[in-house]
Amino acid sequence: MTVSPHTPAPAAPEPAPRFLLDAEQRAFAGSLGAMLTAAGAPAVIRDWSRGERASGRALWSRIAAAGVFALAVPEAYDGLGPRPVELAVAFVELGRYAVPGPLVETVAAAAALSAPGPAGRFLPGLASGESMATLAREGGYALDGDAATARLVLAADGLRLAPGHGPVRASLDPARRLTRLLPGGELLDPDPPAGRALLWARLATAAQALGVGLALLDRTVGYVRRRVQFGVPIGSFQTVKHRLADAKIALEFARPLVLGAAVTMAPADVAAAKVSACEAAYATARTALQLHGAIGYTAEYDLSLWLTKARALRTAWGDPDACRAQVLRDRA
Amino acid sequence: MDLTHSPADEAFRAEAREWLHAHVPPEPLPSLETAEGFAAHRAWEAELASGGWSVVNWPRRYGGRECGLVRWLLFEEEYYAAGAPGRVGQNGVSLLAPTLFEHGTEEQRARVLPAMARGETVWAQAWSEPEAGSDLASLRARAVRVPGGWRLGGQKAWSSRAAFADRAFGLFRSDPGAPKPHQGLTYVMFDLRAEGVTVRPIGRLDGKPAFAELFLDEVFVPDEDVIGEPGQGWRIAMATAADERGLTLRSPGRFLAAAERLHALWRAQGSPQGARAQVADALIGARAYQLATYATASRFLGGERVGAEASLNKVFWSEYDIALHETALDLLGEEGEFADAEWSQRYVFALAGPIYAGTNEIQRDIIAEHLLGLPRGRR
Ligand SMILES: Cc1cc2nc3c(=O)[nH]c(=O)nc-3n(C[C@H](O)[C@H](O)[C@H](O)COP(=O)(O)OP(=O)(O)OC[C@H]3O[C@@H](n4cnc5c(N)ncnc54)[C@H](O)[C@@H]3O)c2cc1C
Repeated sequence: MTVSPHTPAPAAPEPAPRFLLDAEQRAFAGSLGAMLTAAGAPAVIRDWSRGERASGRALWSRIAAAGVFALAVPEAYDGLGPRPVELAVAFVELGRYAVPGPLVETVAAAAALSAPGPAGRFLPGLASGESMATLAREGGYALDGDAATARLVLAADGLRLAPGHGPVRASLDPARRLTRLLPGGELLDPDPPAGRALLWARLATAAQALGVGLALLDRTVGYVRRRVQFGVPIGSFQTVKHRLADAKIALEFARPLVLGAAVTMAPADVAAAKVSACEAAYATARTALQLHGAIGYTAEYDLSLWLTKARALRTAWGDPDACRAQVLRDRA
Repeated sequence: MDLTHSPADEAFRAEAREWLHAHVPPEPLPSLETAEGFAAHRAWEAELASGGWSVVNWPRRYGGRECGLVRWLLFEEEYYAAGAPGRVGQNGVSLLAPTLFEHGTEEQRARVLPAMARGETVWAQAWSEPEAGSDLASLRARAVRVPGGWRLGGQKAWSSRAAFADRAFGLFRSDPGAPKPHQGLTYVMFDLRAEGVTVRPIGRLDGKPAFAELFLDEVFVPDEDVIGEPGQGWRIAMATAADERGLTLRSPGRFLAAAERLHALWRAQGSPQGARAQVADALIGARAYQLATYATASRFLGGERVGAEASLNKVFWSEYDIALHETALDLLGEEGEFADAEWSQRYVFALAGPIYAGTNEIQRDIIAEHLLGLPRGRR
């Protein structure tokens, strides 16, 4: 969009920008990004996919030290939150580096742990990164239930601490490991804020998906500039350009929805952000794969780490249909 | 980051809403692509101007309120939410006026802008030619130096509403020997009723004379109607072309209102499951466009120049608009076929979005080359 730079300035200067991230929020994203670059995420992701956790846990601690989980934890429990905007900013970065682990689930668990007893027992550990949580709805799969130290279930009779987990199943995204949590276990809260937990999970997933999409676009733009066929970079072919332009458009219009949803935390806004960010990321994944040709289809090539995640996030915590239904329900 | 508006901005919004509520015609005006509708829309512009609402962000001396960007966006939201008529002066207001603010003389501004604000002079854009569409720089219509001014000759095409408009602004080749096609062009304003001008209306898809061809035969233009330096026309025109694709042509208010109408239509039809995703996407898209626009407004107010991003907007809103209207026609079923249905008219209008203001193919090239840094290829 162009805001006409030619329109004369108003008599009284307009107030400072309000509808954008502020300098501090942008700096937070930048420092998190720098940390994740230095951490060498692809090797960590591959370890995690094989069930080797040491490098993933080390990265987890650094993410926690950067304050990411604390953003979902109230100050009373050693957190910095709740600060959904900063959390969304952080999750875009986590998605951009395809960081593995129950990141979203830890945030959702933090949102579900609101009763003083369980909150005091679990939240400080989640904020500091000492513990890692996963959260599932009853009957659903939990992400990384074998790695998490706190396995929570939103059951019909309240929030329960699962006594263990079943066999681990591979996801389409090798870095995501799924398992059912065992029934029963300690009842932590008979009346947990399940809706709130879902809202935070959706927001974090939307932001993560946006980051995944942005990374896919970046990597693909880089690739098509280098890859030469017919004597020219394939990025000079118009079909290639136009597919990438469409990916850029979809991502750039998902971004304000994600940030806007973090500001309002209205269920319809969060659902809109989830559907548009995940659809944009998924469409970008399809484009990225196509434009990489056969190399993009190989597991060894790092692109696959984002490609498979884009698909998995699309259905995690509310598929497109469920999210669209939420958008309409809130207007009825 | 904060999405709320200041109390002063909200008060402005309320004032606009109240005025519109009291003044918007209860029945829709006839289509502005007809002689009768054009006259009705001109009268509406005059009424808007008398309330001080026709060009809210302009300086007061030209008929504006000097209200700034954010309030302009709020005004537009209220305008379309109120179901107010389409703006007949759009080309002048969104393209010529910004050009004059940047490159015109004070004399030109004083002469042109107040009459534009009141709808007394309606402007047509005369850029395209039969042989120069996407490749606009290849245009051939010429301006030849004569004492006191220039003489225009040649042909222009697809000039929106030129069938009913009063004056036009356009690009003409003043130096045929210039080494590059976009050099030696001059930007001029001329009278559509001047001697030597023939206007031939062209029916759009549904037959309405929405645009026209212009034949220019030795049309005299005085020096005071040249905008900026002769020979600098390309640079001057391109500086404002981005506006046409971006915010000033399509503020979010229009799409927010359209999405609400679509949602209401869907509910009136019993909320059919088959259209659920499309209706949700229309609501989501309008919100995305609104938030993206506010973010850009913030960047602009923060001192950033915003350029090629206009192309993101152009493709987004034009494709969004078609999808929304296709959904509406599908929902209407047989009723959607009637040409006089409001939804059908809006659909026909939406269909042109990916073609005018620079086709979407050209916009995607701009995005790829300027925003993604991809190499220029063969055009
Ligand atoms: C409703 C409407 C109103 C208009 N109003 C005005 C007006 O008021 N004033 C005015 O001056 N003009 C106006 N136009 C004209 C408009 O600006 C042109 O139609 C537009 O620039 C495209 O030019 P063209 O029609 O000659 O198509 P062409 O340039 O011939 O293009 C035809 C097709 O080829 C594609 N194409 C061309 N070049 C390339 C390329 N390099 N790469 C990929 N694809 C390419 C185009 O994208 C398009 O799909 C209007 C058009 C419409 C439909």
